[in-house]
Amino acid sequence: METVVFIVAAVMVIGGALGVVLRPNPVHCALSLVLTLFGIAVLFIAQDANFLAAVQVIVYAGAIVVLFLFVIMLLGVDKVENLEIDELRGQRPLAAALGVAALGLIVITVFAAGGRRITGQHSVSGTLSGGEPDINVLAHSLFSDYVFAFELTSLLLVIAVVATVLLARRPRPRRRPTEDVAERDEVRQ
Amino acid sequence: MILAVTPTPTWYLLLAAVLFTIGGVGVLVRRNPLVMFMCIELMLNAVNLSFVSFARALDDPAGQTAVFFVLVVAAAEVVVGLGIIVALLRRKPGATADDVNMLKG
Repeated sequence: METVVFIVAAVMVIGGALGVVLRPNPVHCALSLVLTLFGIAVLFIAQDANFLAAVQVIVYAGAIVVLFLFVIMLLGVDKVENLEIDELRGQRPLAAALGVAALGLIVITVFAAGGRRITGQHSVSGTLSGGEPDINVLAHSLFSDYVFAFELTSLLLVIAVVATVLLARRPRPRRRPTEDVAERDEVRQ
Repeated sequence: MILAVTPTPTWYLLLAAVLFTIGGVGVLVRRNPLVMFMCIELMLNAVNLSFVSFARALDDPAGQTAVFFVLVVAAAEVVVGLGIIVALLRRKPGATADDVNMLKG
């Protein structure tokens, strides 16, 4: 049963990924990305990471892809990109060769590690195969071992929001400081 | 055909490797900045899948904690990156990745 789930989710993931890379219309790419993200969420559930699957759907598919679509619609960049031209000469064959090389490297690493996957000290926040639900174990780990990183990511989110508001603001028209102040006050009254 | 063999963690890791490679090639080949960003999200999702596979294989919640942080940081990164892209494309509509030196100065 898990095999069937794995195969269906793998087809979703790879199909969505190829759709993102190969479709010329950016809106189609965003929709293919949603397919990939749902496939990943299904694979999370198949591996007993239920909370992460829910967070993945809410945050990634529900917020990040919607942001992408907002920006595509706001800026009107959904005109179709011409995939035929290759600006840098030999870019595509080189990218394909690098992709194959990187894939080979990762596959070799996965098989060379074999069964020896223990790399460090086991976490003291409990194990995933105990009786507790995964969200309890994750919360124990997050708020005891990694609470400093947790606070830093909260700070990071605030910084990111402030930075983006500043970046995306329309530049205000420059106003000469002397005469216009009086005119502006007249108009305001 | 009986699919009696259950997926080992290696299957998930290989799937994550293929997804990572597709995302990497996508970043190298596409020129629309938004689509390049989406390919980066593919790579991040591949890494998340690897983390969850290892969390299950090693029976350690640290893998899932790492995925949590990757999700948060990816969300923050998308927000800032899209802000930059909006600022860029407002100046020059139709800019591609080849025109990114426009933000200089």
